[in-house]
Amino acid sequence: MRSIIHVLILSLVTGLWFVSAGAVDDAPPFEDAVLQARYEKLTHQLRCLVCQNETIADSGATLAADLRRELRKQLAVGQTDDQVIKFMTDRYGAFVLYKPPFEPRTWLLWLGPALLLLIGVIVAFRIIVKRSRLALKDAESESERDQT
Amino acid sequence: MWKFLLPATFFAVLVGFFFVGLSRDPSQVPSPLIGKPAPAYTLPKVEDPAQKVTNADFSGKKHLVNVWATWCVECRKEHAVLLEIARQNIVPIVGLDWKDDLASAQQWLQQLGNPYVATAFDEEGRVAIDFGVYGAPETFLIDEQGKVLHKHIGSLSMEIWTNEFMPIIQGGK
Repeated sequence: MRSIIHVLILSLVTGLWFVSAGAVDDAPPFEDAVLQARYEKLTHQLRCLVCQNETIADSGATLAADLRRELRKQLAVGQTDDQVIKFMTDRYGAFVLYKPPFEPRTWLLWLGPALLLLIGVIVAFRIIVKRSRLALKDAESESERDQT
Repeated sequence: MWKFLLPATFFAVLVGFFFVGLSRDPSQVPSPLIGKPAPAYTLPKVEDPAQKVTNADFSGKKHLVNVWATWCVECRKEHAVLLEIARQNIVPIVGLDWKDDLASAQQWLQQLGNPYVATAFDEEGRVAIDFGVYGAPETFLIDEQGKVLHKHIGSLSMEIWTNEFMPIIQGGK
């Protein structure tokens, strides 16, 4: 029961946070709900290069406002999501994508954690095997002593 | 032996990564425009808004495009350097006045001196988006074919000019 209440409170708090963050964008929403949803999705995928840890959806920087306006214009004239993303990366580079793409340059970034986990598992495995052998040896020598 | 060597190499690699990673300036985002054609533009001229400034005016000429604005504090500092570069008369400097007020921009050029052969007035910041501008000042070096050779983010200094720009300008002549 208690944990359910916790989850409820947490979702309420984070929900409120999202509402306040959304208030940065003061442009009127699209009349078309599908377009508005795409717009919101894209603004959350693009980084504001001025305040680099914010998406253009959350950033109050004027550059973010300019990029939102440009995004809005492009969606209004029927550009696809891919076209809009390409427009941004052609000008600002892959860094404008809030989620880095999976490409040779970012392999280490994406696969690094799994690699470290693998190394950890191998090391742990070897230690466990060694210890259990030691324990076995100990047991053997114990029993040898018993016999004498 | 391995027990010592393995963690030691691991640590050394980590130190290497941090050394490179932490000495980089995250505010310097490399431009994807290097080696590509610079964006086309046609904008009113700050010095005389009835006239237009377009990239075609400078085709066939190696030139600089300097992004500035009167609200940009760094740009005031950079201005003296731009005047000096203009005085050397090696390459013309084209200004791109970014999201600014026309009257203030005109006043700025009158009071501080005008290093630009022409200044394009980008009130909306739309051309700046094409250039991938995300702060001022920024300076682009563009070659005779209209290709971007180099981009400098932040204020220019004579040192940067001589060490970063001049070798590229002279190398390509």
